[in-house]
Amino acid sequence: MNFLATLRVSLKALRINKLRSGLTMLGIVIGVGAVIVMIAVGNGAQARVEDQIRALGSNIIIVISGSGHSGGARGGAGSQPTLTEDDAYAIAREIGEVQAAAPSLRGSGQVIAGNANWSTLFYGTTPDYLEVRDWPLAEGRGFQSSDMNGAAKVALVGETVAKNLFGDESPLDQVIRVRKVPLTVIGVLAHKGQNMMGQDQDDVILMPLSTARNRVLGGVQAKVRSIGAIMVKVRQNADMKAAETHIKELLRQRHRIQPEADDDFFLRNLSEILDAQEASSRVLALLLAAVASVSLLVGGIGIMNIMLVSVTERTREIGLRMAVGARSRDILTQFLVEAVTLSLIGGFAGIALGIGAAEVIGRTAGWRIELSGAAIVLSMGFSAAVGVFFGFYPARKASRLLPIEALRYE
Amino acid sequence: MQKPVRTPEPAAPLVRAQELVKDYPAGETVVPALRGVSITIAAGEFVAVMGPSGSGKSTFMNLLGCLDRPTSGRYWLGGEEISTLSGDQLARVRNRQIGFVFQHFNLLARTSALDNVALPLLYSGCEAAERRARAARRLDQVGLAERMDHQPSQLSGGQQQRVAIARALVNDPRLVLADEPTGALDTHTSVEIMALLQSLNRAGITIVLVTHEHDIAAYAGRIVSFRDGRITEDRPNAAAEAAPEIAAG
Repeated sequence: MNFLATLRVSLKALRINKLRSGLTMLGIVIGVGAVIVMIAVGNGAQARVEDQIRALGSNIIIVISGSGHSGGARGGAGSQPTLTEDDAYAIAREIGEVQAAAPSLRGSGQVIAGNANWSTLFYGTTPDYLEVRDWPLAEGRGFQSSDMNGAAKVALVGETVAKNLFGDESPLDQVIRVRKVPLTVIGVLAHKGQNMMGQDQDDVILMPLSTARNRVLGGVQAKVRSIGAIMVKVRQNADMKAAETHIKELLRQRHRIQPEADDDFFLRNLSEILDAQEASSRVLALLLAAVASVSLLVGGIGIMNIMLVSVTERTREIGLRMAVGARSRDILTQFLVEAVTLSLIGGFAGIALGIGAAEVIGRTAGWRIELSGAAIVLSMGFSAAVGVFFGFYPARKASRLLPIEALRYE
Repeated sequence: MQKPVRTPEPAAPLVRAQELVKDYPAGETVVPALRGVSITIAAGEFVAVMGPSGSGKSTFMNLLGCLDRPTSGRYWLGGEEISTLSGDQLARVRNRQIGFVFQHFNLLARTSALDNVALPLLYSGCEAAERRARAARRLDQVGLAERMDHQPSQLSGGQQQRVAIARALVNDPRLVLADEPTGALDTHTSVEIMALLQSLNRAGITIVLVTHEHDIAAYAGRIVSFRDGRITEDRPNAAAEAAPEIAAG
């Protein structure tokens, strides 16, 4: 009996027993579908957290000036301008793990444009700041070295500032007055949204470091080359801990701090906060994967049961086929083809159902959905393996009986 | 493959069994079903095997049909020793040389009469067109040409048994084995089925029939009686030879 004939016999047997075939497939459909949906939801949650991290600027270390004190009262971090612009350049130059380092001076105040005004934060910084923050421009241009050297009266504005000062008009080439210093807007920052703490990151103005120090802030901050903080971006896949240690060593050396003395600066690592969040989302994904595994297992048991029962129930049919001349391998091939066909059809239906359900959940619940190829392959493979094994195993047992034993099977 | 032989060589009987023994294990003990049965059946014979239940007649039939293996003893079918064959070789013997008719028909449910009859041909590697043609011819022979597309559930018991007989004949076997073929049928239908078997035998087919009813056995030309796993009587039945042929249908 050739394979094509066996294939036809198997398909006919499946068609003849539609209910049985349908029930068997149902187990596979549900097993595969559930896994795909759950992994998609879990991955979606994880991807959302990763996106938030990316929006904040991934792999960032912030170096903040140390605390000063007047009388007995100690100021907070950054109250003593111990860092200098040159510390930032040294970090960028000398530490291998560092991709870029941007010094920054921070200030806040009222900003006026025409008859609109808005209170916001501003930073004096270098062009590296945008690289460190992974922050593209929506329009216009960034700072050039001539802007930096000449303390040019230029500024980049965040989306929120632009909206509040100019409405729907383009802020490009308009003049804004920051603490009464007129600055020309040369670029608008792309939308970045809220950070993890709920602060609006687009409510900001950037200007060259020299402009902020010499023209806008003045006063104490005008002390030569001192800055408030350095934003450091560590290279992708580089070791954050090593980078921190190296920055600490370098700054202690540059600031000539004695071995037993405390640092005159602080290191803050955003990723520590984010790690916690990422870890919790990973726990969620693991939990969903665990639930998915259970549903796969339950689906597998369902497939096993119906396969075992339906094939065992057909022992007499197997006996009859053997009595009229079927060899063991004819029986085996037939049941194997039946099991494979059911598993494949059920598996593909399950994939379709899983993807469809994931889409529906994504739309109705507003969750982010990330389909996982590995989950699809794994769940399909597992269900098919279970279906084939338990379709095959009882058939093999029956085909090894003497025909009379199979015929008399009750 | 040898062509089926209808005219026997006197020296080579179709069936020769020698001291067939079959034991069934039942827990700790062993139940003997056959205790040494020797018989010779020539081609063209119509043999009825009789005996009360538990006499070993069905076991004997299963051994003849290669559905079961003897515990000891030897068995030749058409000169070929069966007792030494492998499982696949036995399947081939069942497929090419033996046709079965069972008490409960054993038809495939939800499958047309034509496909049921063609089932053995599926395993002998026939082309689809030839399978259909041969199955249709046999259905015609048993008087069911009009019912080829009917499923077993749409047929009466007698019609189902006719389908089963057509299936037993479809591979042109040397030997047709019928195990209580009328056991599930009413008297009138039984007569029809027996008449059909008798006419097939007159056309040259060797038939071995198991029954416990004397009026069924009366159709056979030879009656072999079993008791407690042994043959107790083996006699020709002259009445059957003399009986007028009853038209099938």
